[in-house]
Amino acid sequence: MKATHFGRNAAIAVIAAGALALTACGSDNATGTPAGTQSAASGTKVTGTLTGIGASSTGAAMDAWKAGFATANQGATVQYSPDGSGAGRKAIIDGSAQFAGSDAYLKDDELAASKAKCGPEGAINLPVYISPIAVAFNIPNVKELKLDAATVAKLFRGEIANWNDPAIAALNAGVTLPDLKVTPVNRSDDSGTTSNFTDYLAAAAPEVWTDKAAGVWPASLKGENAKGTSGVVKTVTDTPGAVTYADDSAVSGKLGTASIKVGEEFVKISADAAAKAVEAGKPVDGRAANDVAIKLDRKTTAAGAYPVVLVSYHVVCTTYETKAVADLVKAFETYVVSDEGQKTAADAAKSAPLSKTLQDKAKAAIETIKAKA
Amino acid sequence: MTTNSLTTSQGAGRAGDKVFSGAAMAAGCLILAVLFGVALFLVVQAIPALTAPPESIQGGHGFFAYIAPIVVGTLIAAVIALVIATPVAIGVALFISHYAPRRLASGLGYVVDLLAAIPSVVYGAWGAAFLAKEISPAYDWLANNLGWIPIFAGPASATGKTILTAGIVLSVMVLPIITSLSREIFLQTPKLHEEAALALGATRWEMIKMAVLPFGRPGIVSAIMLGLGRALGETMAVALVLSSGVLTASLIQSGNQTIAAEIALNFPEASGLKVNTLIAAGLVLFVITLGVNMIARWIITRHKEFSGAN
Repeated sequence: MKATHFGRNAAIAVIAAGALALTACGSDNATGTPAGTQSAASGTKVTGTLTGIGASSTGAAMDAWKAGFATANQGATVQYSPDGSGAGRKAIIDGSAQFAGSDAYLKDDELAASKAKCGPEGAINLPVYISPIAVAFNIPNVKELKLDAATVAKLFRGEIANWNDPAIAALNAGVTLPDLKVTPVNRSDDSGTTSNFTDYLAAAAPEVWTDKAAGVWPASLKGENAKGTSGVVKTVTDTPGAVTYADDSAVSGKLGTASIKVGEEFVKISADAAAKAVEAGKPVDGRAANDVAIKLDRKTTAAGAYPVVLVSYHVVCTTYETKAVADLVKAFETYVVSDEGQKTAADAAKSAPLSKTLQDKAKAAIETIKAKA
Repeated sequence: MTTNSLTTSQGAGRAGDKVFSGAAMAAGCLILAVLFGVALFLVVQAIPALTAPPESIQGGHGFFAYIAPIVVGTLIAAVIALVIATPVAIGVALFISHYAPRRLASGLGYVVDLLAAIPSVVYGAWGAAFLAKEISPAYDWLANNLGWIPIFAGPASATGKTILTAGIVLSVMVLPIITSLSREIFLQTPKLHEEAALALGATRWEMIKMAVLPFGRPGIVSAIMLGLGRALGETMAVALVLSSGVLTASLIQSGNQTIAAEIALNFPEASGLKVNTLIAAGLVLFVITLGVNMIARWIITRHKEFSGAN
């Protein structure tokens, strides 16, 4: 009798634990469910399952797109495994995923390798997600600062040790800068944010930032760090004098942010300014017309452009094995770059929507996706 | 019939016996298979990192140059945790077993066990969001007054997210393990030994020193070893608390890294050889924890006849 009781209780416990786990998983996706039930921008309804692997930075946006796409297309599901940009690019090359999310576009050798599985034209890159990276600081009573690339680089290298340094004062006439130690805080985990921020510094202030752009912060630099965007923001919020770089959506309001010197003026961070900087970028050399890979011009002087920005891509094949898969990819990517898709991502992940020009370019590229004849 | 009814059962009972012993053996073998599977996976996946040319490993000087500082960092964090936790845990265990009134003792034991039930990510969040901030003035004081000792060399971290903070958080996490094992052992001290000591005129403290602690020593050592195993492998709490960096002697500056946190922080975006490198780091941690646990087991078995911890 005792034994059966135990068995029953154990069974109930297992079921309860399972149910809890399921609810826990389900709540992840709930955040991004759009209110409307419009159909996908492509018009035709598609069914089937699409598998993607890639960057974790777009995780929140991806959840929102999955939910929005599934609502518009009953019977179509998108699976996305946030294993990292590198894993995603590898998966599209070896054919184990139908699209990849990546914080960087395919390199030339990766493009060549993708021709084995993605048809003679290989894979193409579609920009889907733009995120401005803020230089955020915690200085009591100072909410805005004007900085140029060299000053930012020096702050993060520890070459400017105090906020009342003449280099900062020269750029900020009229601002009372306190005698406060500078504590640079970087990401402790490998991240696309770090990679884009160091890319900006290496391009715009090469004489100060002598390290190469990378997802991992240079180990030789002594500084504080924390895990994830939320970690660095929390650390800076708690530490007077600290400065970090983070997704603008995570800092707005809590910390001071720097305007960055572009040309002769200082540009405040905003979604529009980020989109402008991406638009100012050039198409990557030697790519097909339908590849929307963008070589960001970090040294841009375009008016109102904010060049510290992260662009995340979806990498898709130009040719798929079957028409069903090709249609599904087209429908999904069309939804992602559409006004509705970009708004969904902006609501869920506070990303900056793609500009009209980029949207049109991406849509034209998506139209060229086809099935094997 | 000359069979002994105590050792052999008859009829229907025999089939049940076979099924049960088979099931138990399968369960036992499964554990071995899982352990073997994990070890095999680690070794196979680690080989590319171990054989790769040194310049292709992160840092550019080969796997051993990469792993050595974080092995030392892991040991530093674990040693800090044990240095803080062991005296407190033994004190709490003695209080519960020999000093506290019975009602208070059971309540206190329950509270200590509750500490073990708190998820490590909660400890990490607490350490990163609260403890680090509150403790950083103390680090400033240490740097100003004891800065001549290398481990307290300044300038102290402004965020307080140092290896010492990580060690303090770890010490709270290993406290319940050491406490509950030690308490069980102290409670098993033969009553005759204790009474004999008291009858010879020993005070309560002398009785503990003469009867309880010598009896419990192997048990305490193995409790510490199990705590060490936990401290070495702890991932989330360290990843959240520690502001990692290169190997640094000063405990109150940012720097140092542990293997588990290194893996957790870099695995999600790793690809290619980087994955193999991280798995090889995991293999090193696996070997270290396996070694620690085997030493703990060995100490327990060596003192089997005296210790209650078997």
